[in-house]
Amino acid sequence: MKQELATGKSIIPGIAEGIAVVSQEPFSFAGEFDRRTGTISNPRSNLFGESLKGKVFVYPYGRGSSCTSAVLAEAIRCCNAPCAIINVQVDPILVIGVLVAEALYSMTIPILGVSQETFRLLHTGDNLIIDAVAGKLYRKESA
Amino acid sequence: MRLRDDERKMLQGYHGEGVAIAMSVMVKLGQIYNAEEMIPISMAHIDGCVYTLGQAALDFAEKLADTGARVCVPTTLNMGARDITRWQEFRIPLDYAQGCQRMEQAYLKMGAIPTWTCTPYLQGIIPHFGEHIAWAESNAIAYANSVIGARTARYGDFADICAALTGRVPKFSLHLSSHRRGEMLFKLPPANRIDFNDDSLYPVIGYIVGSIALDRVPVIDGIPKNITADQLKAIGAAAASSGNVALFHIIGVTPEATTYEDAFQGKEPVDIIVIGEKELHETHTRLSTVEEGKADLVTIGCPHASFTEFEQLNRLLARRRIREGVEFWVTSNRVVYSWLEQTGLLESLKSSGIKVMTDSCILSGPYIEHWGFKLAVTNSAKFAHYAHKQINVIFGSLEKCVDAAIKGEVRKSET
Repeated sequence: MKQELATGKSIIPGIAEGIAVVSQEPFSFAGEFDRRTGTISNPRSNLFGESLKGKVFVYPYGRGSSCTSAVLAEAIRCCNAPCAIINVQVDPILVIGVLVAEALYSMTIPILGVSQETFRLLHTGDNLIIDAVAGKLYRKESA
Repeated sequence: MRLRDDERKMLQGYHGEGVAIAMSVMVKLGQIYNAEEMIPISMAHIDGCVYTLGQAALDFAEKLADTGARVCVPTTLNMGARDITRWQEFRIPLDYAQGCQRMEQAYLKMGAIPTWTCTPYLQGIIPHFGEHIAWAESNAIAYANSVIGARTARYGDFADICAALTGRVPKFSLHLSSHRRGEMLFKLPPANRIDFNDDSLYPVIGYIVGSIALDRVPVIDGIPKNITADQLKAIGAAAASSGNVALFHIIGVTPEATTYEDAFQGKEPVDIIVIGEKELHETHTRLSTVEEGKADLVTIGCPHASFTEFEQLNRLLARRRIREGVEFWVTSNRVVYSWLEQTGLLESLKSSGIKVMTDSCILSGPYIEHWGFKLAVTNSAKFAHYAHKQINVIFGSLEKCVDAAIKGEVRKSET
């Protein structure tokens, strides 16, 4: 069973399914993420040590650092990246990282932009299906 | 987004695969921002040329270079991860140096100028007022937009070289006059209450402004007109570290803020922040992780030191030698370095025990881990901000840095 949660804006098209990790705080892949292990490396974050590998990573918006693109592209190359990203406000630096991974390795992850209201509906542990082709977001419910 | 014929041809591969990839990245960037069209740029500064970011960054540079793509505007390079001529002296491992070299070669093959500095504006290849450029490196972006009045968005890794290869950027962000309007007003205490000759004041002001403004455009009021280029550099670097400040105005100083009305484009600020002496003092203190200790690294030149800063350092050293066991590193670029050689300043600094590192940056290479530094003393808020995670830091004026180097320690009463 899947329940349609909301529509969103497809920033990078693609379809993915995974368990959500939701951060209420803004996030930077440069400096807060270990691309070698795929875990959150900021000791001040309450998600410290949490693995993002293969997860649907949900956070409101990016904290800026110009290295984000390179770190995300590297994480995608090493298969340590989330399987999808959901943001309220999508940082172009993030998008460029995905585009470059696609150009180099033909590997990509979908990015979906959602409203603040939709963001509030999402919780760590939710089983989500992201359709960033049609711009739709589903929650999968155990039968 | 509307594309002109020549832009569409780039996208379709008429100019090779590298340019096509670069154009597709630029077009996507424009689409996300709902840009109506592209605009030509006349200069680029590349930040993605540092070999610390992993294999993907190297793969991207080599892939573009291998397609034969070349930059179509004058393109300067940010610092890399090693001092290209003296890397062994700074204990860079061979395999790491080889990685750096591949990265350097890729960007040089694409026709970039080997400036290797985060302060391209200190060595002569600079834009003019109102010129559209694509610069990366947050302190350089802040300086170009704010002090020179050139126009660049916050470009980062990959987008920077894509702009250099296509000579185009989306018409968005700080390229548009409306986005350059001041949004928040920061008021400083009067000149009789704070010491504007204290060089540690400027990074502190920048740090406070950045941490409150985040990505809005701050306007600072109350700074003396005779503020120096080094002090402006320190404000921008700090504001771009604690926040995402890419443009700031200083009333009566920076070119788009000759008056209050100019700075806010005839509108009113959305917020007015009064910075008191207390906040200045607290922020100064907060930039240090400890109050005292035995210093094993003293470092200035973040962003890269100007010739004037070397002169001040030499004057403060007054021919004294720094203490055994302390490393004193100044990071800068080769243009400034050649001036140090020509004037004899380099010899003087060396005889005091100072090491000058060019082409590189302590935080961009594996220096701290390879030297095992525990406590760094610096006059840079940017260095203090980013070094926190790796090492203890004490922040202070240039004079404090010199004092720490001579004594080999900082005592609480002195910080």
